[in-house]
Amino acid sequence: MKTAKIKVTGGDLLATLREFFRSILRLEDISAILVPQHLPVKNVVMPTLVTDPEQLNGADPLAPVFPINAAKIVSRLTRKPMGQRIAVVLRPCEIRAFIELVKLKQGRIEEVVLVGIDCMGTYKNVDYTQIVGEQETEFTSKFYRNVLSGEEMAEHGFDLNPACKACEHPVPDGADILIGLFGVDTNNNLLIQARTSKGEDLYRNLNLSHAEEPPERTAVVESLIAEKTAYRDKMFTETSEVTNSVEKLNIYLANCINCYNCRVACPVCYCKECVFVTDVFNHEPIQYLRWAKRKGVIKMPTDTVFYHITRLAHMSTACVGCGQCSNACPNNIPVMELFRTVSFRAQKGFEYEPGKSIEDDPPLSVFREDELSDVVGIGK
Amino acid sequence: MAHFEPTIIAFVCNWCTYTAADLAGTSRLGYPANVRLIRVMCTGMVDPKYVIKAFLEGADAVLVSGCHPGDCHYINGNYKARRRIKLLKEILPQFGFEDERLRLTWIGASDGIQFAETIRKMVTQMKSLGPNEAKTTMVI
Repeated sequence: MKTAKIKVTGGDLLATLREFFRSILRLEDISAILVPQHLPVKNVVMPTLVTDPEQLNGADPLAPVFPINAAKIVSRLTRKPMGQRIAVVLRPCEIRAFIELVKLKQGRIEEVVLVGIDCMGTYKNVDYTQIVGEQETEFTSKFYRNVLSGEEMAEHGFDLNPACKACEHPVPDGADILIGLFGVDTNNNLLIQARTSKGEDLYRNLNLSHAEEPPERTAVVESLIAEKTAYRDKMFTETSEVTNSVEKLNIYLANCINCYNCRVACPVCYCKECVFVTDVFNHEPIQYLRWAKRKGVIKMPTDTVFYHITRLAHMSTACVGCGQCSNACPNNIPVMELFRTVSFRAQKGFEYEPGKSIEDDPPLSVFREDELSDVVGIGK
Repeated sequence: MAHFEPTIIAFVCNWCTYTAADLAGTSRLGYPANVRLIRVMCTGMVDPKYVIKAFLEGADAVLVSGCHPGDCHYINGNYKARRRIKLLKEILPQFGFEDERLRLTWIGASDGIQFAETIRKMVTQMKSLGPNEAKTTMVI
């Protein structure tokens, strides 16, 4: 692993990062860079695909918002060979989701260099627009200064996404090039690390000055992860408690309107056509009456609980906990909490960690002849 | 609660367990009428949502049963089914569907006796476990 540091001038991380991205884009074998930017129209930060180094002035990968899990974008960009290499600047959860998509054959890793930045978390899309006002990049600066100096950002009355607070992967371990912030003297330096051979190729051409990783980084990251894991485990216990019967689950999902936003926003909901929008669920009108007659009363619309459990059967082993499902829910159902709680169990059951390695097969894509004897049989 | 007769939905493969059920019948082996057999070509085609749907509609138990490992007519469908059942067993208990409500068994074409015995056992188990809560909730 090669490690370097780049100098931060005037304490301005964004300017430094933009310059770093320009230097990547100027490399001969990099055709484009995908990076979140402030769009001129309004206060939104969206992924942009940039080929002109002069068009990186609004780049802001530290803005605490991500309206889309960009793994979906990278999947589109890499569906087929392009014959060119691009760099993509992603959050850790986006990298992990992309790795899952590659394993599901919905993206190719060969032509992308994954540039990951230590993640400080995000706000809900709607909250971000309200908090940021007209400040845009100034708000980002204030945000990262506060977070990196350990101060709370609750002054606006808005809290970070629960998904981010429960995220035990703030460091982009799967990146080819890592940009480190935690445990780094960010007033003066940024940490650059080449973590794979692909990353090292790029690293060599960037003429960076070699440096040691700051010794305090490991401890800072560990304590951050411990804090988030504690939040996560509390969330698991609470969510498990309020959904542990079908009656309670029905209440939990009571205001679900079958908009399916959560699966549209989900980076790892992989079906090209969701069965829930097909004619399978276009029931005969008389069917509803039959159901109602059998139970006396049924909640409308139907198939909501069915949809959510089926979705879990599809994506639980691949859920990276990015929280875009909750971000997309129009009725503020805490779906991320539910999906993560169940996914955690499913992933443990298969001893599978999504997004960790391109080598680990998705559990439902393989089998062994001699395994899982405990699920067979009817007990005593 | 009044007398409770559980309903068991059984997805049985054409080549092994369905044939075993047929054998149980032609051999005049008695087994409880609580089971509703659904013949599928292979346990490997039992989509997890069939199982989820059965439970949400109030089935007290779901049995998926096919050929023994190595005997699958389609070579490896039963291994795939086993992974899916494992997945469902990780998901469904969270929502109060007890682990023993979902069963996977291998019952070969000549195992008529074992088929009848399996159904008897499941009915006994479900009677002591009680009805599936989804029967009475307003969820479809």
